[in-house]
Amino acid sequence: MYTEKVMDHFQNPRNVGEIEDASGVGTVGNAKCGDIMRIYLDIDENQVIQDVKFKTFGCGAAVATSSMATELVKGKNIQDAMQITNKAVMEALDGLPPVKVHCSLLAEEAIHAALWDYAEKHGIKIEGLEKPKSDIHEEEEAEEY
Amino acid sequence: MDKLIYLDNAATTKTAAEVVEAMLPYFTENYGNPSSVYSFAAANKDVISRQRDIIAEALGAKGNEIYFTAGGTEADNWALKATAEAYGSKGKHIITTKIEHHAILHTCEYLEKDGYEVTYLNVDENGIVKLEELREAIRPDTILISIMYANNEIGSIQPIQEIGEIAHEHGILFHTDAVQAFCQVPIDVNACHIDMLSASAHKLNGPKGIGFLYIRTGVKIRSFVHGGAQERKRRAGTENVTGIVGFGKAVERAVSSLEERTAGEKELRDYFISRIEAEIPYCRLNGDRINRLPNNVNFSFRFVEGESLLIMLDMKGICASSGSACTSGSLDPSHVLLAIGLPHEIAHGSLRITLSEETTKEDLDYVVESLKGIVENLRGMSPLYEDFVKKQDK
Repeated sequence: MYTEKVMDHFQNPRNVGEIEDASGVGTVGNAKCGDIMRIYLDIDENQVIQDVKFKTFGCGAAVATSSMATELVKGKNIQDAMQITNKAVMEALDGLPPVKVHCSLLAEEAIHAALWDYAEKHGIKIEGLEKPKSDIHEEEEAEEY
Repeated sequence: MDKLIYLDNAATTKTAAEVVEAMLPYFTENYGNPSSVYSFAAANKDVISRQRDIIAEALGAKGNEIYFTAGGTEADNWALKATAEAYGSKGKHIITTKIEHHAILHTCEYLEKDGYEVTYLNVDENGIVKLEELREAIRPDTILISIMYANNEIGSIQPIQEIGEIAHEHGILFHTDAVQAFCQVPIDVNACHIDMLSASAHKLNGPKGIGFLYIRTGVKIRSFVHGGAQERKRRAGTENVTGIVGFGKAVERAVSSLEERTAGEKELRDYFISRIEAEIPYCRLNGDRINRLPNNVNFSFRFVEGESLLIMLDMKGICASSGSACTSGSLDPSHVLLAIGLPHEIAHGSLRITLSEETTKEDLDYVVESLKGIVENLRGMSPLYEDFVKKQDK
């Protein structure tokens, strides 16, 4: 069902973890649908993504797209990171089954949500970046339990 | 992959060697069409009739009440659609439950579009139908109650005898989908007032593609497949002789081993459940602890998602199944897990393990050890677990 690359990124996910005092954190998806992605960005004064970590609750494709998305944005400046689409994530994974395309969209949204958080914290505007729709707020999430 | 531990016996089972052996001559030697006149072929009519008797005996039924179908799904479709058609002039109300197999649920949805009304009964947190709710759901125009004998996902066994008595008191037909229960628990169609019962061979070490619908004598039920006069003109099509022979053999085998086999499975099942509960935190056993199929184990592991779990288990040679959305092809997790009241995120993290007579304690020990590592690993990358731990620390 999955390509070798997807399986590789699922079994050996890159950049799993958290970043303390991250420059930006974005959480998207919801537990109801079975996918939640959280991305942490460490962005330096030149607006370059120095480090990125992720945590994902979801299927194999959700984990693999998160892993690949973090690989793609690492070392990029925020403008270039903005250009990374779900299509790019899918292509880098040699494709996803049609029912799993939404996972790649979620990965793109998670990056955007983390960038939005960074932009808000620093009072800057990133061209083309809109407020993420599916960003989960701490309080809402707490209600799940 | 060297290791293969098959623990998805509710999905299908290995066809037993003696079943295959019994079937083989009917492919290459006794291949005649049972409807033909010459003795070479007509002998197969008696062969089929013997299998019917074997199967009927396992239910306390008569041979001529067993109608072979292409499987459990066809039997379920037939029971519902043909009853609706035959009794539609009496009423258009059907009662079933929220935890039925899709073969029932989707057939009910089809009938709803055709003007029938269906009541879907709730179940309690263990997946058992509430008899009071059933009583209250009965209306003057109720023509059929269809409630599964035992659930395929969480293994809960329904109070079938009580349900049958209620149906009988009200003069309503009672159908039960016994695909998971047949030859796993003793069934008596008379004691339980069952009018129709569906079953399938491949769940009990028989071949795929053969099932039956038991129809009590006197129940008006129309033909579902039109054509020749097979199955007392109620189900046309040349008999699947090899399949029927395999089914008969599988039932013979399963009935003779029922007590010993299920006792062994229960012991292993409970051992496995207790190890998981003791060794993996934040898990929940789904389904009833006592009224449970002997071979069914279903757990939810909080903060992890089922498909991930299945792929990781697959890497270790373990075949299992899950009720997560990703395995159902939709965004919603299993309707059964939602019906027992699980929140979505916990339903997504479910794992079903179904044992066979070949399952050993060593197999299960290996699964527990594997699961411990996998669940820990997946929780390590779960944002839900991260939030949970942070909340605990506060």
